[in-house]
Amino acid sequence: MTIDAWLTAAIADAERRGLPELKPLLETLARATAALRAADFNDHANADSPGRSGSPLRLGARG
Amino acid sequence: MLTIEEFGRRLRAREVTSTQVTNECLQRSETDNGRLNAFIRVTADQARRQAEDADRELAAGRDRGPLHGVPISIKDLLDVRGLPTTAASRVRDGHLASRDATPIAHLRQAGAVFVGKTNLHEFAFGTTNEDSAFGVARNPHDRSRSPGGSSGGSAASVAAGMALATIGTDTGGSIRIPAAACGIVGLKPSFGEVSIDGCVPLSTTLDHVGPLTQTVADASLVYHAMLGDEHVTPPAPLPLHGVRLAIPRRYFFDVLDEDVRARFEEAVSRLREAGVRFDEIEIHHSADIAPVYLHIVLADAAAYHATALETMPERYTPNVRVRLEMGRYVLAEDYVRALAGRDVLRREVDAALAQHDALMLPTLPIPAPTIGAATVELGSKTEPVRNVMLRLTQLFNVTGHPAISIPSGLTTGGLPCAVQLVGCRMQTDALLKVALACEPQIAAGPFPRSGKVGG
Repeated sequence: MTIDAWLTAAIADAERRGLPELKPLLETLARATAALRAADFNDHANADSPGRSGSPLRLGARG
Repeated sequence: MLTIEEFGRRLRAREVTSTQVTNECLQRSETDNGRLNAFIRVTADQARRQAEDADRELAAGRDRGPLHGVPISIKDLLDVRGLPTTAASRVRDGHLASRDATPIAHLRQAGAVFVGKTNLHEFAFGTTNEDSAFGVARNPHDRSRSPGGSSGGSAASVAAGMALATIGTDTGGSIRIPAAACGIVGLKPSFGEVSIDGCVPLSTTLDHVGPLTQTVADASLVYHAMLGDEHVTPPAPLPLHGVRLAIPRRYFFDVLDEDVRARFEEAVSRLREAGVRFDEIEIHHSADIAPVYLHIVLADAAAYHATALETMPERYTPNVRVRLEMGRYVLAEDYVRALAGRDVLRREVDAALAQHDALMLPTLPIPAPTIGAATVELGSKTEPVRNVMLRLTQLFNVTGHPAISIPSGLTTGGLPCAVQLVGCRMQTDALLKVALACEPQIAAGPFPRSGKVGG
C-alpha cells in the first residue's frame, strides 16, 4: 500500500469513527513512515544472513 | 538530604533511625506535595510501620543490606501489593495489586520503606507529565516547568527530598529525561536485566525499570537490590586515566540548547584533564532513529490498549487517547521494517562501543520545558517539545544498551543540565564503574543537590 493511499484511507476511517483530531497525527505518522521506507534497512538488516534477499523486487531483478 | 550511602553509614552508627528519616521525607511530602503533585498516593502509615520494623530488625542484629530502612517512592506504573496501580489513568479505576512487581518484591526483601506511588504521564506515554488523571506534576527547581516524564513525579519526589530514591520506568527516556530535568541521576539498565513483571506495559520490547537517585553509587545500590542482590555494594570506579569515551557528534548535537551544550563541553574538558581519552564517532542511520522508535512504540502500545480504547475511550486523557489511536493505523509491513531497523541500529551502537568504555552525549537537549509549551525555540528552529525531549534517549531503548544520566550543572537560568553515558549491552555494572569514575568531573559545577531545591 502506498503511503498516500494509506493516509487517505486512515483519515477517512478516523473521521468515520468520530476522531477528526487524529488527522494531524496521521499526517505526522505518514512522514515518519515515508522516512522509514526510504531507509536502506532491508539490505543492512540482513547483513548477517547473506542467503536472504532484502526485497522480492530485487530477487526478480537478479533472477 | 542524605544519600543512601550516607544514610546507611549513619544508620549503622546509630546516629539516625529509619523512622526518623522516613518521617522527614513524609513531612516534606505533607509540606510540598500540594505544590509539586509528585505523589498520587502517600503511604504514610505503611511507611512508618516498615521503618519501625527496619529499626527493630537492625537492633536485633538482622541487617538486610544497603537498602535496609531506606525511604523509596515508586512510580504508579508498578504493582505494590495492597495498593491500586493507577498508571495515572481513570482507565485503571478499581484496580488493586494482589502482589508486588518483581523488582518491588526484591526491594521489599532488601528492607526498603515505600513512602508512596508517584505521578506520571498517563500510561507512561509522554515526556512532560502534563497528561495525568491526577493533575500536572511540577519541577521542584521551577514550578512553572515540567519535571520531565514520564517518571516526572518520581524525579520530583527525590529532587524535593520526599524520598532518598525512586523507581521509574523508561520506554524512550522516561527515567533519564526527568532525572536530567530535575538534577538527579537516572539509570536505565540493559534491556532484560531488571524484570518488568508487574509493570503496566507501554511497549514490552522497549520498557525498562530502573532507579532515580542522588548519586551514581546510590543508583548502583538500588539497581542491585532490584535484581535481588541486596548485599552488593557499589563497584570500584575505573581509574579515569585510560578511560576511552566516544562522542557521537552528528545528529545528536544538531538540536541542542546552548547552555546544555556549554555544560557538556565543560564536562568533556574536565574529564580530558583528568586523563580520559575522547574519540569523535558517527552512529550511522541516526536520522532513522525516530521513525524506527515511533513505529515500534505506537504499534506495541496500541495492541495493549485496543480493548480499552473500544470500551472506555472517555477515561483516557484526550492527548494520550489520540496518540494511542494513532498506533492502530501502523501497517504490519512498516512495523516489520522498524524491527529490521532496530537490528541495524543495535549493530551500529555495538560497533561504536567496540573500542570504547562508553558513549558520552547530553541526556536532554533542552532544560525542563515550560508546562503547556507545545514547541521550543532552538536558535532559528522551532521544534515540537516531545520530539526534542526524546531525541537523545530513545535510541538506547530501541537497541537495549544501558544508559545513565548524570547532572552536569545549571543553565544561566538555574535549570539542571545532564550528561548521558551509554555502555555495552548486558554490562550495566561495567557502565556503573565508568559512571562512578566520571561523576565527580561531570557534576563538578555548583548546583543545588536534592532536598535543597524549593517546593
